[in-house]
Amino acid sequence: MSTTPTQPQDTGTTGVSPTPRDAAYWAKPVDKLKVSDVPSGALNLNVEGKHVVGPLQGFGQLWQKTYRVRLAGATGAPADVVKVWKEKLPAFMPADSRFYPSITGIQPGEVVLINANLPGVPMPVSTGVMILYADDVSFTVMTPEGHPESGFNTFSAFEEDGVTVAQIQSLARANDPIYEFGFRFMGGAKQQEKIWRHVLTTLAAHFNVAAQVDMTKTCVDARLQWSQARNVWHNAIIRTTLNTPGRLARRLFKR
Amino acid sequence: MSQAKVTMNVRKIGDKASIVDIQGEVNASAENALMDAYTQTSSGGARAIILNFGGLEYMNSSGIGLLVTLLIRVNRQKQRLLAFGLSEHYRQIFELTRLNEAIRIYENEADALAAVN
Repeated sequence: MSTTPTQPQDTGTTGVSPTPRDAAYWAKPVDKLKVSDVPSGALNLNVEGKHVVGPLQGFGQLWQKTYRVRLAGATGAPADVVKVWKEKLPAFMPADSRFYPSITGIQPGEVVLINANLPGVPMPVSTGVMILYADDVSFTVMTPEGHPESGFNTFSAFEEDGVTVAQIQSLARANDPIYEFGFRFMGGAKQQEKIWRHVLTTLAAHFNVAAQVDMTKTCVDARLQWSQARNVWHNAIIRTTLNTPGRLARRLFKR
Repeated sequence: MSQAKVTMNVRKIGDKASIVDIQGEVNASAENALMDAYTQTSSGGARAIILNFGGLEYMNSSGIGLLVTLLIRVNRQKQRLLAFGLSEHYRQIFELTRLNEAIRIYENEADALAAVN
């Protein structure tokens, strides 16, 4: 990934100005998501053709959750930690929540397919995320319509008191009323916390550190956005479930 | 966390509005500066908070997250959040992250103030 953009940019309003330092780190504007290649073993549903949605577009309460692990004793600087994190992200995920980056890897604009087991759902749900931003010490994913959450997840590392700290911070709300119910009453929130604790614990273990993951959470907006209730139309659980009989039949007839 | 490399100067415009001139980098380390600026605007009684991004030099995804949380606070107080001075690059980021659907963007200060009045 280029980190030193040099092309001049016409700002349109103030004439030509140098390209901002962050330009190479952001995804290019997209109308709808496109999956360029489907990694082996991944189920590709509910991502292609979807719009991305942020913390303002979902239905449920908006939560900011921050998970941190201090890599005390590890030699890796923040950039080293994030480099490993980008390269080995699928390996750090728990077995029931599989991530499938594209061949290009964690790069701005790329799609990571996700096949995950959710509480109360008998089959893996197919969804994904778009890499919204990626620099040397962080990367952020943004969710598509139909994903359980609407918002951002940022994976980063920084130095604190001479120790490298790895952090996951989510700023997201449930995408629709079904997901909100699942997060609140069917163990969805707990499962999500378990996943990110697992990721940080496994990342720390990679650097030979056994450390506790600390988590803080803040309800940023307690209101439900009823105007977004219709997001249920895109719900990935429903769409994966409805797609399953057809997919199995196609597989059967191919034999 | 890195040290903040941003200054936020608050200008009170009449009774209704305050402008926050942002100069520097908006990332996680800018949180205190941004929230302090917001507190200043609110203690002055502003009903519209206008962010001037003309001096924005760098913004990452944590910076966008800060703007989301500011927006929620502003909405909760039944205030309005507006913006101007965004370069084409940052306008695109507002569109990509869909912040532009909640924060009205204007070309310049005069247009933003006209919208408030």
